[in-house]
Amino acid sequence: MKKQKINIAVTSLNAIDSPGPGISVIRALRESKVFDVRIIGLSYDTLEPGIYMHDLVDKTYQIPLPSAGMSILMDRIRYIHSREKLNIIIPNFDAELFSFINLVDPLKKMGIRAFLPTLKQFEERHKAVLNEFGKKYKIKVPFSKMIFSASEIAALGKQFSYPLVVKGKFYDASIAYSADQAQNYFNKISVKWGLPIIIQEFVQGAEVNITALGDGKGNMIGAVPMRKQYITDKGKAWAGISIDDKKLLSMARKMIKGTKWRGGLEMEVIMTSKGDYYLLEINPRFPAWIYLAVGCGQNHPEALVKMALGQRVKAFSSYEVGKMFIRYSYDMIVGLKEFEKISTQGEL
Amino acid sequence: MILSMKIKRNLALSDSGFVFNPSSGDSFSTNPIGLEIVRHLKDGLNDLEIKKLICKKYEVDEASFENDFYDFISTLSKFQLTEDK
Repeated sequence: MKKQKINIAVTSLNAIDSPGPGISVIRALRESKVFDVRIIGLSYDTLEPGIYMHDLVDKTYQIPLPSAGMSILMDRIRYIHSREKLNIIIPNFDAELFSFINLVDPLKKMGIRAFLPTLKQFEERHKAVLNEFGKKYKIKVPFSKMIFSASEIAALGKQFSYPLVVKGKFYDASIAYSADQAQNYFNKISVKWGLPIIIQEFVQGAEVNITALGDGKGNMIGAVPMRKQYITDKGKAWAGISIDDKKLLSMARKMIKGTKWRGGLEMEVIMTSKGDYYLLEINPRFPAWIYLAVGCGQNHPEALVKMALGQRVKAFSSYEVGKMFIRYSYDMIVGLKEFEKISTQGEL
Repeated sequence: MILSMKIKRNLALSDSGFVFNPSSGDSFSTNPIGLEIVRHLKDGLNDLEIKKLICKKYEVDEASFENDFYDFISTLSKFQLTEDK
């Protein structure tokens, strides 16, 4: 069968120690059985490794940070589109999703499709309002509250017992064993990601995650649960294994059905020794380990592209249990000319 | 005493003694006797039946077997490889 040629822009080329999902998404798309993809990388930083991975990324353009505003982002995408004739955009950073969700319609008018959650779905699952989300969809969630000032930490002892988890609104989480530590993490995380900071009850147990894909009509197109086997000091899975966890699958199905979730997502869950499951976070995009799903027989990025193009997609009915991913680091040698080009011209 | 503990049915066992729990993702290694016992448990044998088989096959007295067997069972239970009947 002849593959359909398609130009796909992908963000999050930061294949670093706390990796973004971009490179995994691109690998999945490169393995598509139906699409012949040209990958346009969209980067924020000149040292994102994906910029220089020419076997995966055909061309990269720098794009403005979300803080620059949507109109500047749109201008840049217009320019990139004029050169590359984009068909699809797959944004993979939490922090940029708000902008891209708001740009879905203008992009569509230009002929660029994106398959993203709605703004309501995106806002509803925020860490800051996860308690309400848990109540609404009958999913257990550790007690949490938002704080806006370090002065609120002293009073936390009334509602929480230590240790507790200090979380940024987009990224970062640290376990604090005392008010002093909580104060320290509050400062570190708020400087990087802003306010509010989320304080969450600490739940002891094994970290399990599930990546899933919703069709926007309440159907789960695919899902693969994973148990973290090796966790870095940043809390990221460096190795993981696909597991047969029906409770986790059922949790994802319930969430997708209830919200009519559109697009990829990751649920981060703690499984206690008593077998209770607590939802810690919902990431509104594919996780960095999405390539494991491909290894297990479910190519979610390919299915997402099909849905973005309005094609019918049949839900995956199974996946391989006991498949592992193990990350590795790799030193690329890059010529100064390449670095110069992306630094000065904003494209490579 | 007849032990009513049952090994998880979906455990994957290999001849090398590698045991994989697909529900949790945990994996373990056991020696050949451990593997034999896990296989008997998976086949639904109770402790008396396993004792009879092992004591007949190997040079071990019942008291020593029981001691090691219940210790092994408690290890399996600790690693959440068992389920109540």
